[in-house]
Amino acid sequence: MAGPSLMDSLFQRSVDDIIKGIRLTPPGTESTFIAKSLDEIRREIKSTDPQTKATALHKLTYLHSLHGADMSWAAFHSVELSSSSAHSHKRIAFLAASLSFNPSTTEVILLLTHQLRKDLSSSNVHEVSLALSTLSSICNPDLARDLTPELFTLLSSSKIVVRKKAIAAVLRVFEQYPDAVRVCFKRVVENLENGDMGVLSAVVGLFCELTEKDPKSYLPLAPEFYKILVDCRNNWVLIKVLKIFAKLAPLEPRLGKRVVEPICEHMGRTGAKSLAFECVRTIVTSLSDYDSSVKLAIGKLREFLLDDDPNLKYLGLQALAIVARTNIWAVLENKELVVKALSDVDVNIKLEALRLVMCMVSEDNVMEICRILISQALKSDPEFCNEILDFILLTCGRNFYEVIFDFDWYVSFLGEMARIPHCQKGSEIESQLVDIGMRVKDARPQLVHVARDLVIDPALLGNPFIHGVLAAAAWVSGEYIELSRNPFEIMEALLQPRTSLLTPSVRAVYIQSAFKVIIFCLNSYLKLNGNDPSYPSESTYSDLKSDYPGRFETVASQPLSDTEPDNPNMVVTDGQKPSVSSRMHHLTLESLVALVNLVETNLGPLAGSNEVEVQERASNVLGLIKLIKPKLLGCLDTREGDKVNGEPKASEMVELIFGAFSEDLGPVSLNAQERVPVPDGLVLKEDLRDLEEICGDIELPLSTSFSLVKLQKMDATSNSEHHSKEEFEPSTESTSLLAEHRKRHGLYYLPAENAGIISNDYPPAHDPKDKASDETEDLVKLTEQSLVIKKKPNQAKSRPVVVKLDDGEGFKVAAKAPEFKADLISGAVQEVLLGNEATSSSRRKSSKKSSKRREMDESNVGVPESKNEIVNADMSEIGFPSSGRRKHHGHGKERKHRSSGKDKEHDHKDKQKSEHGHGKHKSRQRADGALAAQSPVIPDFLL
Amino acid sequence: MGIRFVLMVNKQGQTRLAQYYEYLNLEERRALEGEIVRKCLARNEQQCSFVEHRNYKVVYRRYASLFFLVGVDNEEKLSALHQLCNNLDLPIYNKSGEGFNHQLIHPKVEAGLPNELAILEFIHLLVETMDRHFGNVCELDIMFHLEKAHFMLEEMVMNGCIVETSKSNILAPIQLMDKA
Repeated sequence: MAGPSLMDSLFQRSVDDIIKGIRLTPPGTESTFIAKSLDEIRREIKSTDPQTKATALHKLTYLHSLHGADMSWAAFHSVELSSSSAHSHKRIAFLAASLSFNPSTTEVILLLTHQLRKDLSSSNVHEVSLALSTLSSICNPDLARDLTPELFTLLSSSKIVVRKKAIAAVLRVFEQYPDAVRVCFKRVVENLENGDMGVLSAVVGLFCELTEKDPKSYLPLAPEFYKILVDCRNNWVLIKVLKIFAKLAPLEPRLGKRVVEPICEHMGRTGAKSLAFECVRTIVTSLSDYDSSVKLAIGKLREFLLDDDPNLKYLGLQALAIVARTNIWAVLENKELVVKALSDVDVNIKLEALRLVMCMVSEDNVMEICRILISQALKSDPEFCNEILDFILLTCGRNFYEVIFDFDWYVSFLGEMARIPHCQKGSEIESQLVDIGMRVKDARPQLVHVARDLVIDPALLGNPFIHGVLAAAAWVSGEYIELSRNPFEIMEALLQPRTSLLTPSVRAVYIQSAFKVIIFCLNSYLKLNGNDPSYPSESTYSDLKSDYPGRFETVASQPLSDTEPDNPNMVVTDGQKPSVSSRMHHLTLESLVALVNLVETNLGPLAGSNEVEVQERASNVLGLIKLIKPKLLGCLDTREGDKVNGEPKASEMVELIFGAFSEDLGPVSLNAQERVPVPDGLVLKEDLRDLEEICGDIELPLSTSFSLVKLQKMDATSNSEHHSKEEFEPSTESTSLLAEHRKRHGLYYLPAENAGIISNDYPPAHDPKDKASDETEDLVKLTEQSLVIKKKPNQAKSRPVVVKLDDGEGFKVAAKAPEFKADLISGAVQEVLLGNEATSSSRRKSSKKSSKRREMDESNVGVPESKNEIVNADMSEIGFPSSGRRKHHGHGKERKHRSSGKDKEHDHKDKQKSEHGHGKHKSRQRADGALAAQSPVIPDFLL
Repeated sequence: MGIRFVLMVNKQGQTRLAQYYEYLNLEERRALEGEIVRKCLARNEQQCSFVEHRNYKVVYRRYASLFFLVGVDNEEKLSALHQLCNNLDLPIYNKSGEGFNHQLIHPKVEAGLPNELAILEFIHLLVETMDRHFGNVCELDIMFHLEKAHFMLEEMVMNGCIVETSKSNILAPIQLMDKA
C-alpha cells in the first residue's frame, strides 16, 4: 500500500466530511462508503504529520464506535499519537484507546505505561485527569502494578479534580492488582473526611462498590460512614452511603439501631424521590426488624404505588416484593393496588404485580387467587398469559404442592389451564399431572376424571403445545384405569384416528395405556366369570365402590360416536354401543371381543410404523391379542363349555401381566441409586481393557447383537419420564425379575400401604424395613396432628397426604465460590484496617513475592505470638461464622514485621484519626473481637 | 450501582453515542445495542423507564428524537437468581434465551441494586449539561461533536461511578479546549 502523500494530508477529509458523507449516501450503500473511508484512513494514519494522523484516528474512532468498524489494527497508532505534545491530539489518542482497547488482549497497552506515568506526574491538571480516565478504562494488572506509586501520590493531591479522579481510578487498580490496597487504602480512607463534595462522592462511590463484594471487611469504617449519613446533604452521596449501610447493617445488629433513625429522618425530610426510595429500600432490605421504621417505609411505598408515574409504581412494586419476604402484611395491606397493577399497560409493571400476587398465596386463598389470575390470563396477550400460567404452576407446585389443600380442585384446574388457547406450558402441566398421580393417592379418582376429559376431546389433539399434557392424561388413564368409570370409552379415546397427529413418543404412551386398559378389561372379565374360585363375581367392583364412594354415581358419559362420525373403524363399537357405555358389570364376552377387535384394527397398521417406539409397543399389544383372541372366540362359541381346556393358560398370562401393571409406581428418590450398597465381590473400578485382549473373539457376537433399533429405543425411553415408568416388558420373565428387584430393593420404593406417609427420614439402606415403617407411622400421627391444628375449622376435607422423599428431590445446594480477586482485596483491606498496614514503598517492592508467601503462611497462622489485642482481632476474624479461611491472608507475614513496626503503626493511627481519636479505633478493634467471641464486654460501637 | 454503558440512540434505532465501561467486543456490542434498542423503542410514554435485559437493568429516557439509555449492573440480582435457580434446578433463562426466567416467585432482591431514579436524574443532568454547552442540543450536535460528548461523559463518569455532578465543573475543561 502506498504511503501517505502530501496530497493526502492537504486534502484529507475531516470527521465532519465523513459524517456528512454517510448521511448523504443512499441507504444500503453505507458499508461501501465506510470501507472506502477506512482505506483512506489506513493510508492517512501512517502519516508523520501529527495533525493528519490525529484526524485519521478521530475518523476511525467515530466509525468504530458508531458503525462497528474494527480498529484493533490501529492500536499502535493510538499509542504513537498519545505522546504528542498537543493536548487535543493526546485527547483523541486516549479516547481512541479507551473506546477500543481490550484490557486483557491488547498488547500495546504496555507501551502506554511510560506515557501514562509521565502524564500522571504532569503539572497540568488536564493531562493528569486525562491520564487517570484512560487508566481507569484500560487498566490491566501490569499497568496497575506499575502505576500504583503515581496513583498513591495523586490520592492526596491538592487539586480537587485530580484527587477525585484518582479515587475513582483506584477501584479499577484494586481490582486488577489487589496488592495496591496495601499501598493506597489508608489514603483513600483519609479522603472520607474531605469536605469537598466531589471528593466525598468519589470516595463513597468507591466504598459502595467495594462493600458490595465483601461488606465485612469495611465494618470498621462504619463510624465514618455514619458521620456522612448524618452530616451530608448531598443526595448522590447519601444514596451511596445508604447502599453501604444496607450491606453493613445486617452484619452488626447495633449498627442497625444507630442508623435507622437518621435514615427515617432523611426519608421524611427529603423531597428527592431517588433518596426517599433508597431510604425505603435500605429499610426493607436490611432493617426489617425495626417495625416502626418499616411502617414508615411502607407508608412511603404506598405513596409510590398511588402515584401516576409508572416509574414510581414499578419501583414501589419491586420494593414491596422485598418487603414480602419479611413482612407479608404489607403486601396484603396493599392488595387492591397490586391486583390493579395486574392490568397495567406496562408489561414490566404487570410482571412485578404478578410476582407479588404469588407471594400472597397461602392455602386459604390459593383458589381465589388462581381464579383471579386465570380470568386475567384469558384477557391478556399470549405472552403475559403464559407468564401467568408459569407463575401459577410454579407457586402451586412449590415444595410438593404445599399450598394446595384441595387436590381435586387443583387437578381440575390443571386440566382447565391446558385448555386455555394460548397455553404453552404443556410440559410443566404434564409433569405435575403425573407427579400428583404418583404422590397423592387421594387425588387419583379426580385425576382420572380430568384425564378422561382431556383424552376424549379430539379437538385437543390438534394443538402441539399440549401434546405433553395429553401424554400425561393418557398415562394416567392407563395407569389408574381401575378408577375409570368406563374403560371402553377410554380405549376408544386412546385409539381415535386423530392420534395420528401426535408425536411418536406421545403416541407410544397412548398405545401403552391402551395395553393397560385391555389387560385390565380381560382380567376383570376373568374374575367376573368366576374363573378363580377365590374371586367372587364383581368383587373388584364392590371393593372399588367402597374405596371410592360416589365414583359410580351416574355421570352421563359423552357418547363417543358423536365425536367420530366418519370413522369406519368405529362401526364395530357403534354396534356394541349399549354395552360399551354401560357400567362394568355388564362386561360381557361380546363387548370384550368387540374391544379386542377395535384394538386390533386400530393398531394393526402401526405394527409397520417407522417409529421404533410406536412399532414396538403396537407389536406388543398385537402379540397379546393374537394369543388371547382364539381363546375368547372359542369361549364365545362354546359358551363356557370347555373352558378348562383352553382358558387357564391365557388367563394365567393375563393375570401375570395385570400383576405387573397393578403394582403401584411410587416416586423414587434421586439418591436411591447411590444408597444401594455395592455387593461384596463386585469391583466397580476395575480396568477392563485387558478383557478385550483375553476374550476379544467372544465379544464380537455380543456387540453385533446391539442393533440400531435397540439403541434408538433406549434413547427414546430416556427422553421422556413416563416411558421409563412404564417400560416394564409384559413378559412373565420380566415380571418375576421386577418382583425380585422390588423384593431386594423394596425400601427404595415407597410401599403401597405406606404411600401416604410424609416421611422426613429416609430409611437408611441397612435398616430393617419394619422399623422404618414404625417410625414413619409415628410420623404420620404427628403430621396428622399438626395438620389438624393448622387446618381451619371450616375445612371440610383434610388435606390428602403428599408423598415426599427426603433430601433426594430438588434441592442441590449450590456451592458458593467466592471471587478470588475480591478476596484478595478484602484480605488486604482487613490487614490495613486492623492497623498493621504496610506503608513503606520498600514493602511494596517485595509484595509480589510476598503475595505468594502469604498463601503458604495461611497454613501456620494458628500460633499467635505477639500482642493480645491484635491476636484477638485475628482470632475474631477467624471466628466470624461465614468469613471462611480467607480472612487471615497475610497475617502470618505481618507478624514478622510487627515487632519492628509496632510503634510506628500506633503513630499512624494517631495521625489517621485526628478527630475520632486513637482510642476509638482500638475499641472498634476490640469490639470486633468481642463480638465474635461472644464476650459480654461490648464497647459502644458508634460513639 | 456501577454503570456499564451509556447509549444514545435516535428514533430510527441508529446509535449516536456508545460508551462502555466494560470491554465488549464488536459483535457483543452490536447484539446488545440491537436487542436493547428494540426493547426500549417498542415501549410507549405510559410505560415505566426501566427494562431488564440479561444481566443489565436499562434505565432510559426519551428527549425529542433521541433516546438516552444507561445500562446498570444487575449482577447482584443475577447472582442471587443464579443461586436460587441452582437450588430449584431451574434454567435461568427462558427457552427463548432472553430475559429472566419469570417463574421465579421470590427473586432474592438485595441491596446493591442500582438506584434507578438516581440514574434517571443522571441522564437528565447529562442532557442539561449538553444543552448548556451546545445551546438547545439536538441529535446533530452530538453527531458532529461526538468527542465532546465523550469528554463530558468522561468528566461525569469514571469506571462506572458518577464522580461529578456540577455542570460548570464538567464543562470547564471542554471550554478550555475550545479556547485553545
